[in-house]
Amino acid sequence: MRAGFADPVFESQRVFRGVLDAMAEPGRVITLQAPPSSPGLLHSATVAIALALLDFETPVWLDGAAETAETVAHLRFHCGCPIVDDPARARFAIIASPGEMPEIGGFDAGTDEYPDRSATLIVQTGGLVAGSGLRLSGPGIATEARLQVNGLPPWFWEALRGNHARFPRGVDVLLTAGPSLVALPRTTWVEG
Amino acid sequence: MTGSTEARARWMSALAQAEPAAVEAAWARLEPEPVYRLLRAAETGLVMVRGRAGGTGAPFNLGEMTVTRCSVTLDDGRVGHAYVPGRDGRHAERAAVLDAILQDEAAREALEPLIIEPLVAARRARQQETRARVAGTRVEFFTMVRGEE
Amino acid sequence: MYVAVKGGERAIENAHRLLASERRGDPEVPELSLGQIEQQLALAVDRVMTEGSLYDRELAALAVKQSRGDLIEAIFLLRAYRTTLPRLGTSLPLDTDRMVVERRISAIFKDLPGGQILGPTFDYTHRLLDFELAGARADVTITPVRSEAPPESTEIPEPLPRVVDLLDREGLIEGESSGDGGGHVDDLTREPLTFPASRDIRLQNLARGDEGFLLAMGYATQRGYGRNHPFAGEIRLGEVAVEMAPEELGFAVEIATIPITECQMVNQFKGSATAPPQFTRGYGLVFGGAERKAMAMALVDRALRCRELGEEPASPTQDEEFVLSHSDNVEASGFVQHLKLPHYVDFQSELVLVRDLRAGQSARSSR
Repeated sequence: MRAGFADPVFESQRVFRGVLDAMAEPGRVITLQAPPSSPGLLHSATVAIALALLDFETPVWLDGAAETAETVAHLRFHCGCPIVDDPARARFAIIASPGEMPEIGGFDAGTDEYPDRSATLIVQTGGLVAGSGLRLSGPGIATEARLQVNGLPPWFWEALRGNHARFPRGVDVLLTAGPSLVALPRTTWVEG
Repeated sequence: MTGSTEARARWMSALAQAEPAAVEAAWARLEPEPVYRLLRAAETGLVMVRGRAGGTGAPFNLGEMTVTRCSVTLDDGRVGHAYVPGRDGRHAERAAVLDAILQDEAAREALEPLIIEPLVAARRARQQETRARVAGTRVEFFTMVRGEE
Repeated sequence: MYVAVKGGERAIENAHRLLASERRGDPEVPELSLGQIEQQLALAVDRVMTEGSLYDRELAALAVKQSRGDLIEAIFLLRAYRTTLPRLGTSLPLDTDRMVVERRISAIFKDLPGGQILGPTFDYTHRLLDFELAGARADVTITPVRSEAPPESTEIPEPLPRVVDLLDREGLIEGESSGDGGGHVDDLTREPLTFPASRDIRLQNLARGDEGFLLAMGYATQRGYGRNHPFAGEIRLGEVAVEMAPEELGFAVEIATIPITECQMVNQFKGSATAPPQFTRGYGLVFGGAERKAMAMALVDRALRCRELGEEPASPTQDEEFVLSHSDNVEASGFVQHLKLPHYVDFQSELVLVRDLRAGQSARSSR
């Protein structure tokens, strides 16, 4: 069994702050300092986000690649989170193999009354580089931001545009690569 | 619950419900002092205590109690856990290490009589004391004979 | 008019110092220890834990000391402290059958299996002030009460049978539904109160509710505001095991024993075209020895069950919105005491309005 945060209070605060900054400036690459050790195929940023944000009240859906015995044991022990089979019941999803990920529409998009009670998808990528690539615009971005993302299937961006159209409902996405993360809240418009 | 989990539940319960001083005393008698690594440092939190409507019906949330938990691992990979009532981090840490140690059959045979049984006996004695004191307050009704029967 | 601006910081600092000094009182008088409060004011500690919704005797004793004996203030302190701690899990539902009984009485049957066990009760004390308690009695040790009878006859059966089971055997009392299965229990600490409220939410609300308020509501039902003909079926006080099954273990461990008081009220029987008449129930459960609170809670629980029992709610005691919205003394205290906050601007506008109205009125009357 791997350890979690060495200092749960300060480390979880730092990770929370990192995710907050990422959500506030979509497209900006946030790299976490000294992230915790990660089981299975999980990136260290993925595990850090899980340790900071998941708890007994946030059901989690894991895709096939993520759902190893070691990972499940790690999340159950350190986060205490329930692990669900049905993506629609998840508050968070961890997708280690985005090529096979289920339709974004299958996750909880919240309600008109409570659009925030929706799922956040943590999607692992092959790399995140700011400055070139896809064109991002929307709240939190002054004019435009450029982001290169490796390893996601081409239909992903179309699906994300569909998600955008459902505002205020919809899901929010956190992309991870190693210790780095980028946030794509539902309000961000991504052009291929 | 299998035989082994039953035994483990028993010693974990004994360690949790013992006076922290008794657990500390038991720890002090361990030779050599155990070497271990923290998996999860002692952390105080809340456990929601539940009752049942009518005592037997659907559960409801009564109120929370403070509980401190700790998880450790020994060099050989054995993992020990402890959940103790209250806010004493050291009590939880000691109990977690003892839990890890006792999972080895040989260690258990040696240490259970030395460490666990006295704790269980002390608790039983306290309960017996309560029972004896309370028994005197039971009303002994006497029947009265009335009339001709 | 001129408006006073800032300047409260120094006054507040000094107010806190004054508070600390008044709390300590006369330095010649020995300072209270938490142990003294926890042991010798145990029922105050029990109330603070129950309404503070946090079982931790030492913390409750500290709250009582810090609040100078103002128990609602102490309850507030405990509720605030709760918010700093993470939730680690839930216990299995308490099995009040398995109890090391300290007190167990019933008003519906005289001869019970296990007997009437008075325990440490005030009930027969005549309520005369005991001036022996007024002096410090360091040299007097209170010897524990012991039974003189031989051991076998003093054995109180464990588990102690439930009195309602005696009625249940003949089908005379309604059963308790075991809930919606699926294990989900609503939690007021997680979701805001909405109506209609489920029974688990009602019971949680009442357990945390102010004893005075519930006592008054319970009393009101007896006086005819939602009469439900209660009888004290059983009241028991004693230690019960708290078990939890942490995820990483996969099995349950008894981690603590805590004292609780449980009250079963047996109430007015109800029948219908299809069902024969049966007694109905009300339930109270609290931490520690807060017996009066447990009884009041059971009375109010029964009153609030009117809908499920086909009774027309006719009284405030049966109005769940009225009862459940006002039972929490932290909420109530917050809103009542918020009136102390500056309402200067609001009041200025009232002042202006009143003066205008008076001027207008005197102008009209002088014409």
